Amino acid sequence: MLRLFSGFAAVSALVAASSAQAQVKIGMIVSYSGQFADTGIQLDNGFKLYMKQKGDTVAGKKVEVIRKDVGGIAPDLAKRLAQELIVRDKADVLGGFELTPNALAAGDVSAEAKKMMVVMNAATSIITTKSPYIARTSVTTPMLNDALGTWAAKSGGIKKVYTLVSDFGPGHDALNAFKEAFTAAGGQIVGSALFPVANMDFGAFVQAAKDSNPDAIYIWTPGGTQPGAIGKALNERGVDTTKIKILGQDELTGVSALKSMGDLGVGIITAAMYDYNLQNPLNQEFVKAYQAEYNREPDIFSMGGYDGAQLIYRSLEKSGGKADGDSLIAAAKGMAWQSPRGPVMIDPETRDIILDVYIRKVEKVNGQLRNVEFAKIEKVKDPVKAKMAK
Amino acid sequence: MALGEVKSASVDHIARRAKWHPLEIVFWLTTPLPFVLTPDYLQLASQIAITALFAISLDLILGYGGLVSLGHAAFFGLGAYTAGLFSKHFWGEPFSGLLLAAIVAGLFGYALSFVIATFRGLALIMITMGIGQLLLEAANSLGWLTGGADGLQGVKMSPLFNRFRFDLYGVTAYAYSLTALFLCFLVARRVTNSPFGLSLRGIRENSTRMLAIGAPNTRRVRMIFTIAAVMAGIAGALLTQTTETVSLETLGFQRSADLLVILILGGVGRLYGGVIGAVIYMIARDQFSGVNPQYWYFWIGMLLIAVVVFLPNGILGGAARLLPKTWVRA
Repeated sequence: MLRLFSGFAAVSALVAASSAQAQVKIGMIVSYSGQFADTGIQLDNGFKLYMKQKGDTVAGKKVEVIRKDVGGIAPDLAKRLAQELIVRDKADVLGGFELTPNALAAGDVSAEAKKMMVVMNAATSIITTKSPYIARTSVTTPMLNDALGTWAAKSGGIKKVYTLVSDFGPGHDALNAFKEAFTAAGGQIVGSALFPVANMDFGAFVQAAKDSNPDAIYIWTPGGTQPGAIGKALNERGVDTTKIKILGQDELTGVSALKSMGDLGVGIITAAMYDYNLQNPLNQEFVKAYQAEYNREPDIFSMGGYDGAQLIYRSLEKSGGKADGDSLIAAAKGMAWQSPRGPVMIDPETRDIILDVYIRKVEKVNGQLRNVEFAKIEKVKDPVKAKMAK
Repeated sequence: MALGEVKSASVDHIARRAKWHPLEIVFWLTTPLPFVLTPDYLQLASQIAITALFAISLDLILGYGGLVSLGHAAFFGLGAYTAGLFSKHFWGEPFSGLLLAAIVAGLFGYALSFVIATFRGLALIMITMGIGQLLLEAANSLGWLTGGADGLQGVKMSPLFNRFRFDLYGVTAYAYSLTALFLCFLVARRVTNSPFGLSLRGIRENSTRMLAIGAPNTRRVRMIFTIAAVMAGIAGALLTQTTETVSLETLGFQRSADLLVILILGGVGRLYGGVIGAVIYMIARDQFSGVNPQYWYFWIGMLLIAVVVFLPNGILGGAARLLPKTWVRA
């Protein structure tokens, strides 16, 4: 009985697929509601902007986007949505994924159904190993922190670092990447502390860090309201950012973080893959179009979505409109293009992105706090998968 | 009235309640229909069946035991992680994992029931919520075991009976979840229609008087709490096995709160209330979020307000008022 039904389902799927030849369907799994809605909406804005600029026809096929709300961290739902997008809506490509657990769950579906899946934000290294059809257009956490660690020891003149990290999975990943790169380049970790995820009083942590007399303090927080509290503690404990440098990943000085920190943020050094202040003509054009469309600045999430759409379009062009997983991922491997954030490429081996990481410092420009980039590490690859390959 | 007459009257009462109503039979006969009518919706159907089982489990303690819990996801998550870890470290045969999850959740429920049975009302809400949060934080900090915030990786199920794999369409998943739901429902139905179930209602309505007629409360409360924990554990394990994912979110407060909403939507204290609530809530969610991925919660909110205002006893409570008296039992 069961076999009969699944046979029936398979036949109906075939019929529907053959009648839909002239279009390509992209299923987007994003949080449009809940705690991560703003991230999801920025990601989707970037995606929509690219489609608006290029039109909805590529390689002779009409692109149709089906959007599904996953509403936050919900891998069981993300997996079901991915299954339904493929089974019910006959989606050819899965996209979106701002959260790691959701991306990991949907990866199984991509592998089983042999459909291309584009991860446009989630930043844990292992995601792309879940299916041979996954490509990523954002960045991985270890990429940023590995680049930061190497830069600090080699070019930043920093020898001794105290680390202060949120006791949370992604925080551990970030710390490990930083530590390995930093010590490999000759740096020394003089002390470390993990703070609770919801911690709001950093006075004691900062004091301990200061007392160990380091050249720099490395801080990792998942964003939210913590950067403001950290800025306050640094100020209260008299940490002079010209003497003890503060290092971190982009979230530490993101748009909302800078707002809550105010002038206390000046001097903080972070590693990032994108900032809307990047000075290149392509980015200035992108920011202008984005502001005109959505009345706000694009952020790293918008960038992942924009290049996600770009990767799908370019792969379709290269495959001559063939939308099956094998053709598309073959086309995506080694694909290189100029993105508003600089030159990017999909690593033909890992299907992860290769990009330039910017080292920036918070400065006051015309009365406004900005992340001003002053160094660049070119062609950064994900260090975790590079190690796995060895 | 002689003692014998009283006894036979109460036996009759229980026998009458335990008889299957035609509507019930019709309902269960319709449950396999999705295999034929909506073969593209079987994954959703499977998750509805799991949610319905979870709701029945909450109904046992809320609708029959009168205990309000805002931490029922603790048992769900415990079952989910047990099944997931078992398949990762031992083997992927589903039934053994399901059984183990039921045992672990049951033992935890039994141990907790000693605390639970001594509290009522607001204190109980706080305690159950606290237990849920404790488990969540424990799972979060035991990253080496649970995978922490990324969720448990490496959950892999073997085919059911070594034959039916958990396919993309969800045929196996729905058949498996539906069977589990039905069997657990039979147990729940038997329990609530037994003298034990009747005494639980007594405790819910007036616990002091139950003591006065010589029926000890705490032992009964502990028993139903343990049974409910077992069922919640089974529901969690089913979700793990049919989706091959486990995340911290299975233990989350949101899941407990949503469950309470589902039960209130369907109707508390009727067993079918949880089932109907799960069907309506999950389908509404699926459809509304398909139409408008960004603002679909608005419509869910409207639905809830409408139900609470117009059908204060839930959808089933409302239906019971509309249908002829002889069709429905209280």
